[in-house]
Amino acid sequence: MAIPISYNLRNMRLRKGLTAMTALGIALTVATAVFLMALVAGLNKAFATTGDAQNVLALRKGSDAEMNGGFSLDTVQTLRSLPGVAKTADGQPMVSGELVTIIVLPRKDGTGEVNVTVRGTRPVGIAIRPNIKLAEGRWFHSGQREIVVSKSIHGRFAQSDIGQSMRFGKGDWTVVGVFDSGGSAYDSEIWGDVNQMQSDFDRMGGVSSVYLRAVDTASAVTLAQRINDDQRLHLDGVLETAYYGKQTKSGDTIKFVGTFVAFIMAIGSSFAAMNTMYAAVAYRSREIATLRILGFSRFSILTCFVLESLLLSLLGAAGGILMMIPFNGMQTGTQNQSTFSEVVFALHMTPGVVITAVLFAVTMGFIGGLAPAWHAARQEILVALRG
Amino acid sequence: MSAVSEIQNAGNGAVGNRNIVVQARGVSKIFRRDAFEVTALDNVSIDIAAGEFVALMGPSGSGKTTLLNMIAAIDRPTSGQLLVLSEDIFLLNDEQTARWRNEHVGYIFQTFNLMPVLTAFENVELPLLLTNLTQQQRRDHVTTALRLVGLGDRMHHLPRQLSGGQEQRVAIARAIVTDPTLIIADEPTGDLDSHSATEVLEILKRLNENFQKTVVMVTHDPHAASYAHVVRHLEKGMLLPIGG
Ligand SMILES: Nc1ncnc2c1ncn2[C@@H]1O[C@H](COP(=O)(O)OP(=O)(O)OP(=O)(O)O)[C@@H](O)[C@H]1O
Ligand SMILES: [Mg+2]
Repeated sequence: MAIPISYNLRNMRLRKGLTAMTALGIALTVATAVFLMALVAGLNKAFATTGDAQNVLALRKGSDAEMNGGFSLDTVQTLRSLPGVAKTADGQPMVSGELVTIIVLPRKDGTGEVNVTVRGTRPVGIAIRPNIKLAEGRWFHSGQREIVVSKSIHGRFAQSDIGQSMRFGKGDWTVVGVFDSGGSAYDSEIWGDVNQMQSDFDRMGGVSSVYLRAVDTASAVTLAQRINDDQRLHLDGVLETAYYGKQTKSGDTIKFVGTFVAFIMAIGSSFAAMNTMYAAVAYRSREIATLRILGFSRFSILTCFVLESLLLSLLGAAGGILMMIPFNGMQTGTQNQSTFSEVVFALHMTPGVVITAVLFAVTMGFIGGLAPAWHAARQEILVALRG
Repeated sequence: MSAVSEIQNAGNGAVGNRNIVVQARGVSKIFRRDAFEVTALDNVSIDIAAGEFVALMGPSGSGKTTLLNMIAAIDRPTSGQLLVLSEDIFLLNDEQTARWRNEHVGYIFQTFNLMPVLTAFENVELPLLLTNLTQQQRRDHVTTALRLVGLGDRMHHLPRQLSGGQEQRVAIARAIVTDPTLIIADEPTGDLDSHSATEVLEILKRLNENFQKTVVMVTHDPHAASYAHVVRHLEKGMLLPIGG
């Protein structure tokens, strides 16, 4: 059996000032890492949970974003007649030609204006997205200047309450409902009647993308392939899930900058831990010599001090994670790199984020603790006894 | 079955009363530091028999601690031969030396050297953590050792809650808890008042007489030395002849 862990814990408590300062340094680093990882996790969730494996999205060939599209009514008609497309109860193909554009809206808190995606759709478009639920009010009526806003738009933008109106396109639009898409990318959108939108944005008859619901997931794959292969259509067919999955690259910049910042901070924290552990070794030099004389091996001493550094870093990890818990679920926005509109998402402290944060801290503790522990173990008993 | 009877058994066991516990032949130790050379031990030869109580005296810097450190395998001689418990301890590697010391030697320091954050009980338990004893067995041994030094009622006190004499008695309990053959004490009463010193010396005497421990003790104090059977003097690293 090794030197008991209570020996480490009580020594840490004995020098609580130094322990607290070092743990705080580690905690801040961990908090930063948790923040960035939760940000990326939230962003990934927004895109990864968007889409239904039964839905296929048709886009103009070569365009990677929905709003780059723009194709004719003929094309939409051809798509409606493709085999494998599901039908509504009254026999209509579940195909929705939609118009997606970007508008600028002022934030509720007065911190400026942001790009927001507006989607012109129709009842069948709502029907092919069963994951989207009405949270308040009602859906827009065809032929009316009515809009339904997502929950997070409702929370973040001015004039977004039911009964209020927003001004864009050629005039005012009345908010008649709020929808909830469960944290998906649709959560950053405003929906209205496609025909009204077409006239407001001078795009009569034009749609930017077409959504098709297949009878099942296998047919969806075939359908997407078929759209791709059809030379006359000149369209790309992608699964809705794949389309939104690809857009997670919006998180790449955050990931890169975040990793860099966390890395620099980690170096600092490792040095702080190292410094503290060197002080601990120097301070307890005589105790180390005594332990050796009692029969503890150099290896036991090494383990003892590495362990103490790990405990220090775990304390820091706990602190850092606790600091970030109040921010879990907090909503924020970023610009979607494909559509240049704002994507709203929540900080998401997944178990993966927490585990990574703990491992991150433990790595700092290990790197910081190894050299001092090595020094402690290497010392000659006689030299240490004098120290 | 108590640890005390185990201690007694060991005393009469493998190493018989007539056996030589420490056998030094021409042991020298030269410390080199930069251009300086200090001869701390100069051709020292000594035999210490099992069950003996030896006091080492001599002026400061005469090599007393250095000799103790050789016997406890904490330091190596520059030349000469040293057998402790018939073992050439300097043939052992680091790990083996540590284990050997844990099993056979109890070391008592002038400055007690207890772990300040551990209670008396936990301090005494430390050397037992290296053995295969169960927790219950360890508890029994620690309790026995602490009772033996008269601290059965101070087991859960921290060192700073104890007097110097009590701290040294905890250190003695720690030194004997593994039931070693050899007890080495470097000025064990050097930091104590005369009352506490006498208590400590009485305990060492009891360990020697009742439990057949071999005791090698360094001291400056003639009163302390009077507890020993044999008093040997060191001067400038040389061991003076008996009675010299
Ligand atoms: N690690 C060392 N490096 C260099 N010189 C040393 C070392 N240890 C001891 N010495 C020297 O060896 C000599 C003997 O030292 P030692 O500690 O054995 O003396 P001592 O008899 O125990 O003295 P004291 O009564 O003061 O404790 C001294 O001159 C000392 O300076
Ligand atoms: Mg000395």
